[in-house]
Amino acid sequence: MNSQAGKETIYTKDFLASLENANQPEWLKNLRSEAFEYFTENGFPTPRNEEWKYTNVAAIGNEDFRIAQSSDFTPEKIAPFVFNESKESVLVFSNGSFDRNLSNLDAIKDATVLSFSAAASDEKFGEIFKAKLGSLVDFEKNGFTALNAAFIGEGVFLFIPKNAKIESPVQFLFVSDEGKAAFPRVLVVAESFAEATIIETFVRADETKYLTDAVIEVSLADEAKIKHYRVQRESHEAFHVGASGTEVARGSVYDATNITLGARLSRHDIDFKFNSEGGEAFVDGLYLISEDQHHDTHSVIDHRLPNCTSHQTYKGIIDGKARAVFNGKILVRENASGTDGYQSNKNLLLSNDARVDTKPQLEIFNDDVKCAHGATVGQLEEEELFYLLSRGLNESLARNLLTYGFAEEIVNKIEIESIKKQLDEAVLNRLNANLEA
Amino acid sequence: MLLEIKDLHAGIEGREILKGLTLNVNRGEVHAIMGPNGSGKSTLAKVLAGHPGYEVISGEVLFEGKNLLELDPDERARSGVFLAFQYPVEVPGVSNSQFLRLAYNEKMKHLGEEELDPLEFNDYLKEKAKVVEMDSSFFKRSVNEGFSGGEKKRNEILQMAVLEPKLAILDETDSGLDIDALRIVAGGVNKLRDSEKAIILVTHYQRLLNYITPDFVHVLANGKIVKQGGKELALELEEKGYDWVKAAGK
Repeated sequence: MNSQAGKETIYTKDFLASLENANQPEWLKNLRSEAFEYFTENGFPTPRNEEWKYTNVAAIGNEDFRIAQSSDFTPEKIAPFVFNESKESVLVFSNGSFDRNLSNLDAIKDATVLSFSAAASDEKFGEIFKAKLGSLVDFEKNGFTALNAAFIGEGVFLFIPKNAKIESPVQFLFVSDEGKAAFPRVLVVAESFAEATIIETFVRADETKYLTDAVIEVSLADEAKIKHYRVQRESHEAFHVGASGTEVARGSVYDATNITLGARLSRHDIDFKFNSEGGEAFVDGLYLISEDQHHDTHSVIDHRLPNCTSHQTYKGIIDGKARAVFNGKILVRENASGTDGYQSNKNLLLSNDARVDTKPQLEIFNDDVKCAHGATVGQLEEEELFYLLSRGLNESLARNLLTYGFAEEIVNKIEIESIKKQLDEAVLNRLNANLEA
Repeated sequence: MLLEIKDLHAGIEGREILKGLTLNVNRGEVHAIMGPNGSGKSTLAKVLAGHPGYEVISGEVLFEGKNLLELDPDERARSGVFLAFQYPVEVPGVSNSQFLRLAYNEKMKHLGEEELDPLEFNDYLKEKAKVVEMDSSFFKRSVNEGFSGGEKKRNEILQMAVLEPKLAILDETDSGLDIDALRIVAGGVNKLRDSEKAIILVTHYQRLLNYITPDFVHVLANGKIVKQGGKELALELEEKGYDWVKAAGK
């Protein structure tokens, strides 16, 4: 093994054992070995890397996280995290591995759910699985994507065939034990005219320290429509690094909403690309962090071909000593005429110690485009606050209502009631009165 | 005496705007404060409501015999002081009915009285909305968001109706209103007028006073009340303009 010749890392022993025990085809084992080699050579990124300038992950490298051999999560422990809308369409990952016993696939009709080991050896799906796996999130992107690829084990392959529509939202639920490093991975392939809603939920079973290093790849063929929610509410002790790679085709619509509430240190990388003319994408998000939380969203929307439309609205609410980073790039390539790109990042700082570094970027290599972008950082307006106070609302209630109003644009686009409710509670967490009316 | 303002000096950003204002208001009375631009009318309204941008330099304000100036704005509101804003603020994401119920229940809590649940409150709100001829489609909409100028002012009077303040200060409520909206807003105020409440109308023009008849008219110039009288004083101002009183303030 090459990797034995490389530098020893705390993951080396676990990697070698997992590779040896894996019942995987040669191509997959090779991919994993190459990825691990990349990791041993490069390690985790450092702030010297421009893309990681404001997010120092040294703390992750200092931890001794281990790969779980098993987990003892029970249906009772998982139940509170399952959305009502997805009771019969929930795919549970414990410590990074798909756990069929905790999952319920009853409502996922007209689509195929396979574990990676089944997909790799499947007669019908083996080829497309091999072609798509790793095609949208390159393991050489950074040490985290490399490590995730190195530990590819029991991920989930969701295949939605031509014209199929999954009525129930499919919830991917990720949960981890203390001290573990989890490398969950999902691959979604939607054929032409397919439709589905997918929800990734990273939850905290307990307020403990662990690492989630997640990758999801979503491929849309012509006219496919995917709504993609991602709700990260990990333990406030935990580290979370995730990468989402998406490709859309002619006439397909991808609508993503990325919600960040949890983790002590989190990073989300978005790589989105238009692979044919005439696709449309919404890549929106909301991060709401406080105390000493740190969150970083890095997004690249790649207009490679003509006549595609992208909308990106990201809002941030930062309290306490928390720190947020938003770096969003819209890339319009030479032949991408007729591009319509919109990007906005607005931040609300709720304390004097809160901080945000925002960098929206447009890189345009074609003249026939319509692009707009902007970023703002502000605090609650004194005049608005006074208005609410003058109606007798106490100060914390008034602040919460205005904060809620700031987040409303994102909250309102969410079509899953359970997610909306969680967000309402998160935004208004100090609000005693309930808002039913 | 409901409100006693004694030799009040106040300003903003180190600039003195009110320069010794004295005014007494009893329950059941409607007082109009008139004056040219920059005379300090809006400053008075904001100081009474506790706007944090304004600074009281000296003087005293007693509300029901208690020092009003030491209360925070929300405490003043819960004690029964209401300011109808010249420029009401939009609050996206919070519906009018949610907002009004929160405010109403904060007041009830303060008074030690029972709070209303959403259903009970909705009935209460429907009754109150008649005062300003508002239909229930306004309840679901976000507070003031996308409201026309007239709708915003009606919404202010609706809030006044819901919160039933002891003292309502209407800051240029007539500004920017067309004649129909003015009639509705003034009609609302008249319906809310009773022997327990006092109302202070802050206005530049006499127009509003055609609809709401004040008991007293005070003319403010250069931070002081320079002339006082009955409703006929407003007509005199309309006729002669403000120049003849401005000199008195110097």
